[in-house]
Amino acid sequence: MKLYNPPSPLETKVISKRFGVENSWRLDTYLATGGFEAFKKVMEWTPDQIIDEVKASSLRGRGGAGFPTGLKWSFVPKNVEGPKYIVVNADESEPGTCKDRLLMEHDPYQMIEGILIAAKAVGATKGWVYIRGEYRYLIDHFDSVLKEAYQRGYLGKNIAGTGFDFDLYSQTGAGAYECGEESALLESLEGKRGVPRIRPPFPAVSGAFQAPTVLNNVETFSTVPEIIRGGGKWYADLGTPKNGGTRMVCLAGHVNKPGVYEVPLGMNMMYFINEIGGGMWKGKKMKATIPGGSSCPILRADECDIPMDYDSMAKAGTMLGSGGMMVMDEDTDMVKIALRIMRFYKHESCGWCIPCREGTTWLQKMLSRIVDGNGAMRDVDMVGELAKSMLGRTFCPLGDAAAMPTISIVEKFRPEFEAYVARNPFASSELVQVG
Amino acid sequence: MTFSPELEARFADLLTHYPPGRQRGALIPMLMYAQDEVGAVTPDLMAELAKRLDISVLQVDEVVGYYSMLHKKPQGKYHIQICTNVACMLRGGAELYEHACKKLGVGHKQTQASGKFSLEEVECIGACSWAPAIQVNYDFHHEVTVSQLDQVLEGLQ
Amino acid sequence: MANMVKLTINDTAVEAPAGTLLIDAAKLAGIEIPAFCYYEGMSLQAACRMCLVEIEKAPKLMAACVVPVGEGMVVRTESPAVVKARKTTLEFLLTNHPLDCPVCDKGGECELQDMVFKYGAGESRFTEVKQHVPEKQWSPVVFYDGPRCILCYRCVRVCNEGMGVGALGIVNRGVAAEIAPSHGDHLECDECGLCIDICPVGALTSGAYRYKTRPWEMEHVGTVCTHCSNGCKTTLGVRNNEIVRGNNRDRSGLNGEFLCVKGRYAFDFNHHPERLQAPLMRINGKLEEVSWARALQAVVEKFKAGGKAGVVGSTRISNEEAFLLQKFARTALKTNNIDHHRSGDVVTLLDSLSGKTATLGNVDDCYNSKAVLIVGADISQQQPFLANQIRANYRHHKAGIYVATSGAVREDKIAKGSVRTTDSEWLAGVESMREKLKGESELLVLFGDSVKGEGVRKLVAFGESLGIPVKYICLVDYANSRGAMDMGLLPDLGPGYHAVEGAPGMTLPQMMAATDLDLLWIVGANPLARHTLASSNAFVVVQDLFLTETAQRADVVLPAASAYEKNGTVTNVTGQVQRLKRGVETVGAKTDLAIIGLIARGMGVNLGKVDADAVFAEIQKTVRGYNVSLPVIVTGGAAQTMPVNGRVASTVLPELIQSSRDTLFTTGTLTRYSKILNEVMEAPGGLYR
Repeated sequence: MKLYNPPSPLETKVISKRFGVENSWRLDTYLATGGFEAFKKVMEWTPDQIIDEVKASSLRGRGGAGFPTGLKWSFVPKNVEGPKYIVVNADESEPGTCKDRLLMEHDPYQMIEGILIAAKAVGATKGWVYIRGEYRYLIDHFDSVLKEAYQRGYLGKNIAGTGFDFDLYSQTGAGAYECGEESALLESLEGKRGVPRIRPPFPAVSGAFQAPTVLNNVETFSTVPEIIRGGGKWYADLGTPKNGGTRMVCLAGHVNKPGVYEVPLGMNMMYFINEIGGGMWKGKKMKATIPGGSSCPILRADECDIPMDYDSMAKAGTMLGSGGMMVMDEDTDMVKIALRIMRFYKHESCGWCIPCREGTTWLQKMLSRIVDGNGAMRDVDMVGELAKSMLGRTFCPLGDAAAMPTISIVEKFRPEFEAYVARNPFASSELVQVG
Repeated sequence: MTFSPELEARFADLLTHYPPGRQRGALIPMLMYAQDEVGAVTPDLMAELAKRLDISVLQVDEVVGYYSMLHKKPQGKYHIQICTNVACMLRGGAELYEHACKKLGVGHKQTQASGKFSLEEVECIGACSWAPAIQVNYDFHHEVTVSQLDQVLEGLQ
Repeated sequence: MANMVKLTINDTAVEAPAGTLLIDAAKLAGIEIPAFCYYEGMSLQAACRMCLVEIEKAPKLMAACVVPVGEGMVVRTESPAVVKARKTTLEFLLTNHPLDCPVCDKGGECELQDMVFKYGAGESRFTEVKQHVPEKQWSPVVFYDGPRCILCYRCVRVCNEGMGVGALGIVNRGVAAEIAPSHGDHLECDECGLCIDICPVGALTSGAYRYKTRPWEMEHVGTVCTHCSNGCKTTLGVRNNEIVRGNNRDRSGLNGEFLCVKGRYAFDFNHHPERLQAPLMRINGKLEEVSWARALQAVVEKFKAGGKAGVVGSTRISNEEAFLLQKFARTALKTNNIDHHRSGDVVTLLDSLSGKTATLGNVDDCYNSKAVLIVGADISQQQPFLANQIRANYRHHKAGIYVATSGAVREDKIAKGSVRTTDSEWLAGVESMREKLKGESELLVLFGDSVKGEGVRKLVAFGESLGIPVKYICLVDYANSRGAMDMGLLPDLGPGYHAVEGAPGMTLPQMMAATDLDLLWIVGANPLARHTLASSNAFVVVQDLFLTETAQRADVVLPAASAYEKNGTVTNVTGQVQRLKRGVETVGAKTDLAIIGLIARGMGVNLGKVDADAVFAEIQKTVRGYNVSLPVIVTGGAAQTMPVNGRVASTVLPELIQSSRDTLFTTGTLTRYSKILNEVMEAPGGLYR
């Protein structure tokens, strides 16, 4: 299995350390490099000990929302009858994000071990890895890994002689961004349309097949074995306070060395782009960066000199999201970026609620019209206004995901929109040319 | 409706993955794997899966229409999917797509009369750091240039 | 009493039981929170976002349809932020919704129209091209216009959760999402039309009603459906003396807004071109139109002449008419030869339950009983409203449902116990569920016509032996099947199940078989559809709406008014009395009450004052159990009759009891005069036919 980008010496390799090792995805390689040590260790622990260790690591969900993982696990009720499940969100669909692929390709056992530790912590007996349908090669790869794991006794009954039982399956998606939302994913797992559920109840209480469920991202589970091995505190200290550890950042766009890199939380973003990413391509200047996937508000170049951690990003009015960083040079047409983002959300809106279904459609049509040269000044105001009308009012975060980048792009790059409108000979604030 | 022994074996295994009485969970995997074999989600296929999972055809239809990878009409032998989402767009995805349109003589979600190629402009396929990316059926091609696209297309028979 | 939670809504202190949804709590306080997708009694969607409200300390606006009340919660439902959110949500909705209210069938009673009127913007800022798909016809009675659909999913839920049919779903994604019917391009379902009724906009429209009128041009007459025995209120929309619509959107009856295909559409028999509009008399062997005076004169003469007379009453005429008919027969014709077509053995049930209290079930029990056992009846076909109540009971209260029937029934899906039996061996089937039934805390038993005579006693003995409280409902066929028995249209029992004076008269089959019958008077029944009349010399008088098989044999046919053309009362399957209210009239036809009165007057017989109110007053005074509250009935409510508690001296011959086992789409003889029912039956498929 080949690496898609050369590693950088400036990375802090905790969960990507086996990337590039020969046959890194094989059990023997994993066992030879400390694999399943953490699992064997926690077999002696109480569930609370595991959860406390994860809490101590200050690990936060790597899927996008950044919810503290240990806290999430602690919500699973104890002493209830019936099965409990683990679900892995490998529906990696947030534009800009391509890290979970690598983790599953190069080090699948690391994730499996993390799943087993979570299962031990909450008392789960079965789990599914929900992988987006486009990653068929990865599903086939992972299925072969599962087969090996079962054959070698690292899944199924009496895992590695510990007496612990756990079944794990792959589950293919079929093309729906919305299924990356945890409750929509659970609906899809049950063979239904990927429409989110009303919460509460949260998955920890009523998740897969209405049983208590721990649902985390691939990267989150992949991090757990190293936390157990090195200790929560060790992991936390890799990052900044409340923002423990490292994370995989997918660098894309107009940089010299795009790629997926593992860096400690809190690394300066400009340092990351310049030193690890090789700086801007073709000697261009940076115009803007979307720091964590297309649903994150955009940052102007002058706003990018900040640490990459959850809290600093929030302070800058954006998010670390799913780690999909897209860097744009000075020639980038921001109006077209806004349109492309809105086209995506319109395509992926499940249609369940009114503001998202109608809002994304309207905005896409309006932005298309502006790009086609038929915009009016009033439209520029309305783009931001309509996006704000979706914000916080939709059934699930998809509406927010569509609204946030749009609002920020219009606010920060308004002259570009106005320039498009100025090209329309019929445009005035009173007269609207219908496209 | 009959399927290959391999697919039947896969179905049989799939059905063991879910809690008792919740076999409907297998619907989406079954649709995906069966579509690969049948070529499309045909009315017969929908009826067959509905029967096997004890749900209505309408319930199957609801699911089929929701997921963008499930298609009721057959695609070309080679389904060319070109991502034009932001990361790919920044590195020439849109130009690749336009080139493919001209080269193949078909547009979005269209199939050549010969049935050899079909084309689709797709949303992010998770190859952002190696953009622009395309998929031919399930195979990824990364950092594709226009001339590489030509090579890929010409190499397909 | 549940824990009460104190909160503040719009500066008003509100108290509501813990767990109450904010939207309901506000309603209790008289504050309306608008919503499209929220619908009482059905699963929550939180999809339309119209009910967003401001809750102090919440980071954003919250959907009042999914947030339960909390102690000390401070809620604002009309704050500037809330009003703005509503306005923009409506603006979003209207982007793809056609703005052609003046020609939309729903105009005038559209919830979207009302909402936009109240909260909407005055200006339309949307200048893009609308998403459009053509309108589709899914069945003879259901049309779907996608662009009007706001995707509130009410129709999907009422069909799936309410009806248990699941004929509607959601296909496609995003802005292309739309509602789809069960069979690709068409519906195969109950055709109950609840989806149309519940649709807040003009997306689902009725093939029977659409574009016939504007809603404000109709008068709305609440009366009782004349088809099955469940006694649903149907509100007739009347324009220019024509019924153009049936629904019960105001939920004014015991059925709430439930109606089946018959209650909603099968009023059309009323305007069938073959309705009799003048009396007919046999002249030279042929039935010819004559004047009312001449026809009545002929009847009076024959009635005065006397001889051996037989009287057959109806299961669709009013209580007043049935009462007056038996009174006339017993006093003026001095005969107990009076009967009607019996479809359930109520008589034996009453006798078996003699001395016990609270053993007769009613409509509410179907919804509230902890467990329900159905014996020998496909209730989703034959008793649609009771079936609906039972489904709701299962949905809302997790009631235990048990079924012993000869074929597969819809209730199987929700049943804890379900066995297949035959009409003769149902008891073994019931016995096989004994242990499970014993585990229930109470039971309601509904039984069809295969349980009769001794069978009823065996069933009651079985119920007794379970050691839990058991109630019973004896299922019968038509709108006043129960009233016909209560009013004494029986040869051995008078009104209130009192034994008759003198010897019992002939039963219906006996009358048909008697070769020496001189006079046969048939009011609203069609016995010759299944019997042959042995007496060739009998003078036959028939009162009916149509020239039925029986009317064709008549010597005099008197055109009768339908149930939708008269005032009076009827009694449903569980003994609830409700008022019939005249909605329209057919020129030339008279009510059976008026006809009986005219014949009596011609004969010089004093039956007292012949109008519906006066006869009902007499029924209240003289018929056991009917001393019910007049205000309840007059105001359109359903008054429960008191069960007759005492021995009922009757030897019921089981062969007399036979249900017509109608389907959802048949209604005895009336079926053939309902164009809608026939169209629906001829449409492709049929889920449960």
